[in-house]
This record gives sequence, structure tokens and C-alpha cells, in this order.
Amino acid sequence: MARDAKLLFESSEWNFATLSRAYEAIEEIAVGEMGLDVYPNQIEIISSEQMLDAYSSIGMPLMYQHWSFGKRFAAESHLYRKGHRGLAYELVINSNPCITYLMEENTMPMQALVTAHAAFGHNHFFKNNYLFRQWTDAGAILGYMDFAKKYIAKCEERHGIAAVEEILDSAHALMDQGVFHYRRPPRLSPAKVTERARERLEYEEQVYSDLWRTLPATTGSADIAEAEREALERKKALHLPEENLLYFLEKHSLILEPWQREILRIVRVIAQYFYPQGQTKVMNEGCATFVHYTIINRLFDQGRMSEGAMLELLASHANVVFQPGFDDPRFSGLNPYALGFAMMQDIERICMMPTSEDRDWFPTIAGNGDWMGTLIDAWENHRDESFILQYLSPALIRKFRLFHLSDRARDRFCEVASIHDERGYSAVRAALARNYDPGANRPDIQVVDVDLLGDRRLRLQHLVKNGILLEEKQRDATLAHIRRLWGYGLSLKGIDAATGAKLYECSSDDAGG
Amino acid sequence: MPNFIDRRLNPKDRSLGNRQRFLKRVHDELKRAISDRVKSDKIADVDAAHGVPVPKRGADEPSFRPSTASGERQYVLPGNESFSAGDRIGKPDSGGGQGGGRGPGQGEGEDDFLFVLSRDEVLDLFFEDLELPDMVKLNLKETVIYKLHRVGFTTLGTPSNINVGRTMRNSFGRRIALHRPSGREYQAVTDEIAALEAEPDLSAVQRRRLAALRIELEALERRRKRIAYVDPVDVRFNRFERQPLPNANAVMFCLMDVSASMGEREKDLAKRFFVLLHLFLKRRYERIEIVFIRHTDEAREVDEETFFFSKQSGGTVVSTALEEMKRIVLDRYPSDIWNIYAAQASDGDNATGDSERCAKLLRDEVMKLCQYYAYVEIIDERESEIFGSTDNGTALWRAYRIVDGAISNFQMTRIARPADIYPVFRKLFARHKAVQPGR
Repeated sequence: MARDAKLLFESSEWNFATLSRAYEAIEEIAVGEMGLDVYPNQIEIISSEQMLDAYSSIGMPLMYQHWSFGKRFAAESHLYRKGHRGLAYELVINSNPCITYLMEENTMPMQALVTAHAAFGHNHFFKNNYLFRQWTDAGAILGYMDFAKKYIAKCEERHGIAAVEEILDSAHALMDQGVFHYRRPPRLSPAKVTERARERLEYEEQVYSDLWRTLPATTGSADIAEAEREALERKKALHLPEENLLYFLEKHSLILEPWQREILRIVRVIAQYFYPQGQTKVMNEGCATFVHYTIINRLFDQGRMSEGAMLELLASHANVVFQPGFDDPRFSGLNPYALGFAMMQDIERICMMPTSEDRDWFPTIAGNGDWMGTLIDAWENHRDESFILQYLSPALIRKFRLFHLSDRARDRFCEVASIHDERGYSAVRAALARNYDPGANRPDIQVVDVDLLGDRRLRLQHLVKNGILLEEKQRDATLAHIRRLWGYGLSLKGIDAATGAKLYECSSDDAGG
Repeated sequence: MPNFIDRRLNPKDRSLGNRQRFLKRVHDELKRAISDRVKSDKIADVDAAHGVPVPKRGADEPSFRPSTASGERQYVLPGNESFSAGDRIGKPDSGGGQGGGRGPGQGEGEDDFLFVLSRDEVLDLFFEDLELPDMVKLNLKETVIYKLHRVGFTTLGTPSNINVGRTMRNSFGRRIALHRPSGREYQAVTDEIAALEAEPDLSAVQRRRLAALRIELEALERRRKRIAYVDPVDVRFNRFERQPLPNANAVMFCLMDVSASMGEREKDLAKRFFVLLHLFLKRRYERIEIVFIRHTDEAREVDEETFFFSKQSGGTVVSTALEEMKRIVLDRYPSDIWNIYAAQASDGDNATGDSERCAKLLRDEVMKLCQYYAYVEIIDERESEIFGSTDNGTALWRAYRIVDGAISNFQMTRIARPADIYPVFRKLFARHKAVQPGR
């Protein structure tokens, strides 16, 4: 009886009393024992239809209206109704307070699991990971979305739905190119500017040679030099090259009206807000899964959860971290939950019970005894790419039986470059890490030049890495969108990153002015 | 302590605006899909909710995407069983990735996705060409008329709906069960007390009796006060429920000339006309049967498939179709039970001398059986300019003009475009409005 009295809940039905009882027990473990640091939580119960709603508006509780969200909703609800796809148990928003949506259909044990998963796992990650701290402002996002929604509704009222839709369509097409991937260089202070000028003068004095003056001047080369200098000046004034196309168009397009610029800005801000999530999928899900797994086991050990509930949760957990092999019909890429969770468990093992191999590979953490501290440090200071590069152990490579496959589009075969053996560990690890680097996989397209006083032709450059070109139809359609925002002719040049050779060039100015 | 919020009661359909924007976006694609449906589906199925495949081009969202057909990619995949470094694995013919795993370069597989339109949305698209007035559209979409029917009793309701008999019966039962003193009992005690009090002098026995009676009366009074005569728990109200109005049966006859002169375009127009009539009938009648009669120089009842799609050669004798219809009506659809509607589509060709026979048949026999008879003559757009609305025309047209003048529920028109179909029904709707002044 004494044991039963300690149970947080007995039936699988939930109500708000059991929810908050479970929340408190979980918080005690998460904050008290594991030392997680979280935003205040706000937990909301929603129905399946509302979950579909949230899906279609890219997970934001407030979103402006656009047909593409309607399309996504139709597709998702079709899949759901036909039983092709289930719905997530929860949805969590990186905001302060951290909003977690729980589905009403969940059983009480599941509510406890997802509370631990989202309200503590994801929440801790959002609050502490350096990418989120650097790029997103959790306190302001909900307010901003509210503003965005109202602003766009107001624009629709004033300028017509069609006009707003046009701008949004074009902006959405460039969403992936609307993100700053690196910090903008800090503005130089006047003191530094004069310092620079002085240095430049000094340099010119040092390399001055009177002999050059005696050479006969060829007028042509002077003109070229002049033109080059002008181009350089021009580029400097516009901060070119610029990788954030939306930002560039917002600031420098000559045809946009202020409200259109504001809409570009809204789309850009949202894209930027999601930028860290794309880079931390494995870590984020791994962190949340690891936290919920640790917490429910702890609850069970404390006798606060029944065996039945525990079995239900373990079954669900096993589904989440299931990783089918590459030749399994269920395979659809590496499961970020499985990989992240396995790596974090592996870190715990390395800290507590290292093998001699681990000591070779991870001299700094092997056997340090502080697994929680090590994990918290990792969650704070890494993104997927660096995390994998740092912590993927040979033991785990063997466990997943990972192999590295190299695929050249023009060959009729793929080549196995390395497998889980002594020679392959480093290569497999490096290749996997590279796959999680969005910078390496995203098409790198930049604005390189534009002469605002001349023909105003926008020159874009695509730095082609590993010979991966763009899908042509999509590329041309996207260029048409850029043209709509820019208003003048433009051209896109593909340059091979390794050789510097020109691979293709296409332009879009047939439509005239 | 977290902040728990129950959002389940928030207004639904938050994404309705997005859906409408999407529908508008793919409007043309959807319309094409719907008019294909009208051609291929059964008449009765046109207004069902439809899954419409939306081709990607209507709702494409372009972006810069790496093309799968170029470059060199590195994958890391799990589950290696037998490979060692340096092995080569042949690619499947599509030239895509290997096995099921495309790793990070997973392509977008949703070329066409199925978009389910509600009945209203389908009808909106269907009506678009027909240029129906809004009132009519509304009438057609609204399928069921409800009427309140008495069904049982309820404990909640307005005082005007109190069911007195049921309430009193409950009250009576409760009074008996709780032993509420009846009026007679009470009266007997008061009478006896009055009688005793009236006596000039009372014996000791009588005095004791009076005291006892007074105590009893007090108890009775207390009891009557405590147990109400009609308590709120007794009250019953009549309960009403909205029930769809039981509608009579209707049968719709589709008559069409299928001789060689009726081409694809003519048949399509005829079909739209039949669909519209069916929609209208569906609104008014619970059960509708459709009879298809096609004719050349002889008429036969056929199924829908054959009616619209199979060809037959021969001359054209329209009266055979009317004869056949009359036969079927007398045989299967007695006109006192069935509402009979007929729609005839033709290009106006008829055998010499037969048109008069048709007019006579219609006027003297068929129209007596029918609620409504519509004749549409499908003509060329060029012809429509020449003919206009004059009495000139084919022999059949001229013959029918006479019937049109004589009988009110006979309608005839020429149609060259989908937009011409509606006027045929105008009269019918007008009559319908008069029947239901309450709207």
C-alpha cells in the first residue's frame, strides 16, 4: 500500500491534477538531480486538429496566412486521415516561457514522458545551446509573430490579398537564402577607420618605387584598372558579396515599397529563427530523448510509476529510437532520435565505464565520472556537425554498423569508401559530421555585384561544391521570383569551388523592365 | 509550477483562411479536374465530396534545390552487413541513390497530392460555368429541410412546453410514495375538529380526542408543507427534435438523341443539363431514380454508361422515346406516387412528320403524367446567333413551341454554351419560391 501511495498516477486517464503532480515530480529530478536549466514552462493541451494546424504553420502558434500553409494542412490531414502517418505526441516552441503542446489523446504515462521530453529536454537545450543563444531571441519571438501576423493582415487589407501573396511567394522561395550563416562583421569605429587609412598609406610608401613613373602609361590598362577600382568601391559600399539574398533585396531593391520590404524582413526573421534548429536536430532530439529516458527510469526507481506505465513508456521509447538498416523497407535516413540518444548514452558510458579504446579516443572525458556535467557541456557548446566529429565513438560506429558510401552521379555504381573498422572510424565519423553541416550541403548563392548607377543588373554567383548543380526548373522559377523582387535583369553564374571554372550561366532579363 | 492551459476549446478551423487561399491558388487545376469528373462520373455522384489530385505545378513552391543528377555525394548509412571498403554497388536504373536510403539528399516525392474537396466546394466549382444566381446556388446546396417533431419528454425546457399530464402524473406518484396527506384526509380531520368544537360541552373522552386531533392536524399540515404538491423534479416538458422532412419519391427521365449528329460537345452539354436537374431534384426529394432513354429511330432504356458513351447509328424518330417513357411510367412509376420529371436533349433532327406526333403525344398524354418537362436543343454557337429566340428552327422546335404555349410546366430552350442551361430552370425555381414563402 505504501508503494501505491507514492504513485504519481494510477490509470491511463489524465486530468490536470495528475498532470501537475507528474510535472512536479519530473521537475524535481530534472532540475534538482540532473541540474537542467530551463525557461519557465507553459503547457497547453490541444486536439489533433490543432496539432495539424500547428504542423502546417511550421510549428508556430501564431502565423500569418498564406496558401502554402493551406496546402501543407491539406496534405498532412490527408495522410493522417488515411492512417499513413500518426501525429506527434507533442510540439515545443523555443520561446520564453517555453510553450509545450500536449495532445489530448495521450495517455497519462505518455503525458509524463512528453513533459519530460519537451518541457525539460528540449527546453534545456533551447535555453543553453550556443546556437540558440546566439541566433534566436526566445523572449521576443511570440511578440514578433503576433506583430507579423497583424502586419500582414493589415497589408492584405490595404493592398489586396493578391499583392501580398505575390511578395510572400517570392520571399518564401528565397527563405533558404534569407539567413545569415555567419555573424556580420562588427561595424568599424571611426578610430579604427583612421587607423586603417594610416596603415594603407604607410604600405604605399613602403612599396613606392620611383622607377614605375618612368614607364610609358598604356591608356587601356589604366581604364581597366579604373573600372576595377570602381567595382571594388561599389561592392564595398553595398557590403558585397552578400549571402543573404532576402536581406540584400530588402535593403537595396529599388522597386519595393516600404511594406514590401517589411514583409521580406518578416520572412527573413522567421527563417533566421529556425536556422539553429536545422543544425541541431540530432543533438536537440537526442538531448530530449536522453532526458526523458533518464527521468522516467528515475521515477520508476523511486516507485512513483507503476510497472504497467513503465512498460508502456519503454515500448514507446523503443519505437522512437528505432533505427532500421539501410536495406530495410522502413529505412528513411538516419533517425536523429536514435543517433542522438545513442551518442549521449555512449558519452555516459565513456565517462563511467571506459574501455581502453575509449581512453585512446577520448582522453579528456574517459572515466571522468561526471557524465551529467560532460553532457551538459556538450549540449551547450556543440551543433550536430561538431558534436558528431567530437563524440562519435568507434564503439557506436560498430553498433550502428555505419559505412561510408561515395556516390558520383555519373557512375553506374556507388563505392563503399570506408566501414566500421580500424582504418575507417575517422573517415566514417568525418563524413557523417559533414553530412550534418548545413553549410556544406546548402547551395551557396551570393550576390557578387550590381551597378546601381549603371545597368542595375544583379549578378549572382553559385559556388558549386562537389559538382552538385541546381535543379534547373526550380532554379529558373526561383530566379523569376528574385527578378520580381529586384525589378531589373539578373544573372546567375555557377563557379566550380575547386577549380574556379565557370560551369553555367543563366540570366533572366527577357521580360524587359 | 507550470502554467497549464487547455486549448482544446479554442475555435476550430484556424487554417480555414489558408485553405481558401490555397483553393483560389489552384482554382484552375481544380476546375479542370471537376469538369473531367462531370464527364466521367455518374450524374448522381457529381456533388459528392471529391478527392481531387492537385498537380504540383499549380501549387509549386520553387527554391534553389540541389539537383540529384549531378555531382558527388557522401552518405553514411547504418546496418552494414557484408560490405568492406572498396566494394562497388550497382545503382538501380533510375540513377538515383542506393537502396531506400538517399540520406540527406532525399527527393521530394509528392508530385501530385490528393486534395479532398467538400461537397460545397465541388458545387461551387461546378456552378461557376453555369452562371447560376446566388439564390439558386444556395437552394441547391441546402439538401435537407428540417421540421420539428415531438419526441418524448425532457426535464429542461421553456414553460410553454410543459407537458401538464406527464408532470401531474409524476407529482401524483411522488405524493403517494412520500405519503403526502391528501386533501380528503386533511378535510376529514378539520371537519371532525370543527364538529367537536361546535359541541357546547365536551366529555373527557371527547376532550382528549380533540387534543389528539389538533396534534394530528398540526402534523398533517407540517407534512403537507414539507412535501410540495408539484415539485420541480416532477416537471416534464415536451421534447422536440429536428427531423428531416420526409420527401416523396421522384423519378427523372433523361431522354437523348444518340444518332450520329450528337457529338462529344453536344453530349457534354446535355450531361451538364441533366446533372443540374438532378441536383435540383435531389434537394427536394429524398429518393430519386434516374431512367435513361436513348433513341435513334427506336428508343430503349439503357444504363448511364451506355447512355453517354456508346454510339448507335440510325435515323431519328423522337416520338419513340416519348412512347418508351410513357410505357415505363405506366409500368413502373404510377404518377400518383412518383413525381415525374423529364429532360430531353436533342439537336433538333427528327424524321419528317414525326415532330407533330411528338407534340401531340406530349400535350395529350406525357404532360399529364409529368411534373415538369424540359427540352433543350443543343446548337452551334454560330447558329445561336442566327436563331436567337425566334420561333424559327427545326421542325421539332416549331412543334414544341405550340406545346410550350399551351402547358405551363413545359420548358424549352436552345443552348450553345454551359451558361445557357440555367434559364431552362428559371421557371421551375420561381414556382418553387412561391411554394415556400417562409424562407
